[in-house]
Amino acid sequence: MKIGVCVKQVPAKDAPLAIVDGSAWIREADIGFETNEPDTYALEEALRLKEKHNGEVVAISMGPERVKQTIKEALAKGADRGIHIFDAEFFKLDPLSSARSLAAAIQPENFDLILTGLQSDDQGFGQTGVLLAEILGRPHATIIMAIEAIDGGLKLKRELEAGWFQWVELALPAVLTIQSGINKPRYATLKGIMAAKKKEIATIERKSLGVPDSPTQHIERIYIPQKNKKTEFITGQPKEIAAKLIEKLKHEARVL
Amino acid sequence: MKILLITEQREAKWNNVSFETLAAAQQMVQQTSGTVAAAVIGAGVSSLADELAGFQLDEVLLAEHDLLGKYTPDGFSIALGHIIDLAKPDLVLLPHTYQVRDFAPKLAASMGQGMIGDCIAYRYENGRLIFVRQMFQGRTAADIVFTGDPPWVVSFQAGAFRADLAAKHPSGRAPVKPIAVELTPEQIRTKPLELFREAKQSVDLTQAPILVSVGRGIKAPENIALAEKLAKLMGGEVSASRPICDEGWLPMDRQIGSSGQTVAPKLYLALGISGAIQHVVGMKASRTIAAINKDQKAPIFEVADYGVVGDLFEIVPALIEQLEKSQQ
Repeated sequence: MKIGVCVKQVPAKDAPLAIVDGSAWIREADIGFETNEPDTYALEEALRLKEKHNGEVVAISMGPERVKQTIKEALAKGADRGIHIFDAEFFKLDPLSSARSLAAAIQPENFDLILTGLQSDDQGFGQTGVLLAEILGRPHATIIMAIEAIDGGLKLKRELEAGWFQWVELALPAVLTIQSGINKPRYATLKGIMAAKKKEIATIERKSLGVPDSPTQHIERIYIPQKNKKTEFITGQPKEIAAKLIEKLKHEARVL
Repeated sequence: MKILLITEQREAKWNNVSFETLAAAQQMVQQTSGTVAAAVIGAGVSSLADELAGFQLDEVLLAEHDLLGKYTPDGFSIALGHIIDLAKPDLVLLPHTYQVRDFAPKLAASMGQGMIGDCIAYRYENGRLIFVRQMFQGRTAADIVFTGDPPWVVSFQAGAFRADLAAKHPSGRAPVKPIAVELTPEQIRTKPLELFREAKQSVDLTQAPILVSVGRGIKAPENIALAEKLAKLMGGEVSASRPICDEGWLPMDRQIGSSGQTVAPKLYLALGISGAIQHVVGMKASRTIAAINKDQKAPIFEVADYGVVGDLFEIVPALIEQLEKSQQ
């Protein structure tokens, strides 16, 4: 099975976010980046499928030079090679344009299966997998909690809302978005890190793909949201805080 | 503005977020002047269309087909694409459910259009619609506008609008118009099988008056006991955000949020929960929300009535000590 897995690099979870005035992005200097957590589950699932059914896992990431680190981490965990779609201003793309770019870059690979995480922890549109399927003309299934190979395709456990699940079947080639928690992503081993140094990362300039710049939407600004609710902050030493909080919950909110 | 609302049902039962989106559609059409049609799609769902006709709508569109009885992204996208061709709306509104996430981007792309999904609000300013959605896990908001020609596809997050504000029809009923949909089995590339629930839920969190809920800030599975002790003293149950259940530190039936349970206890005490959107949608209706988190900028404080910026490993033991003392 030849599997492509899309991994995005996003600001680290605990990175302080400073918005660049008049822009729709954050100040990148001084903050750390990491692999989008939902995509680590997609990568793990790809590696497990390869271990079971043989084949190849290719890690694909779009963005500036720094996203190579995310590809290297995927290679260290066991992906066979990487594709870096270079775009210094990736954050400016709308979901459809980024999916069209990804599709154009990976179409020649003819993957049997393409996996993505459920959504990204930065812009969080949650559309890439579904759009890739539509653009590449393949069936898809989202929010996947289990994958079983069956004759001619896959049997998939989809998570629905409120504790419901559903099995669906589809034929390959296909695109899946993986739900977080489907597996326990592995850590890279020292051996894996050493082996990754010899693995290939091909770089493709996004602008060379011939995807027309025709955004469907524009982010006018991002900002720290205004609070709807007035939060009363309780301060002091831990013991004082505990006493005040219990007092408030008992006599002000009357919920204890 | 001509608005088309796509409602959601499963096995002829409404997904009630549909009515929140209906309220949004009614509000938008008042501001932009125009019409609202609502579509019901499925098999054997004409009674739902009749029910919908009792609301203030210009038209109810009913698309029924045997192949729409069970949801598939192909079947629904083809049927809805056809309805949009006929109705020619400027704006297609959907509730942001798991099902909508599964097909709406594809539906939009099949028309060469973009989608702005999971919006929490909109503004109508100088004749322009501006949609607001969260980014960076709720740490920032974003104002987004469509740049191309309609139809535009938008979904609204659960809880963004109030279903009880959906207005009934003022004079009678909206006409129900059947739409013939042509679909063949070959067009549907996924085969939907049975729906099921995992092992019976052992705890019904929706009935708990108080929830002490833990997130990543609890750091290790052995620390859950701290939250359990506090919950017991308060007469409540322990719940968690998704990562805790993903790690297996608490069973899945303790999970609050879009993929878990939606709760509204009288007190929700969030310990080390950052407050990602997926979690907040499951608990924001709680009567009182208190949050302890070391990060002052954590989005959980957006919805908290009482906030403590600090180390939960110092504050929770102090809470336990005081409650024990007062109960002696």
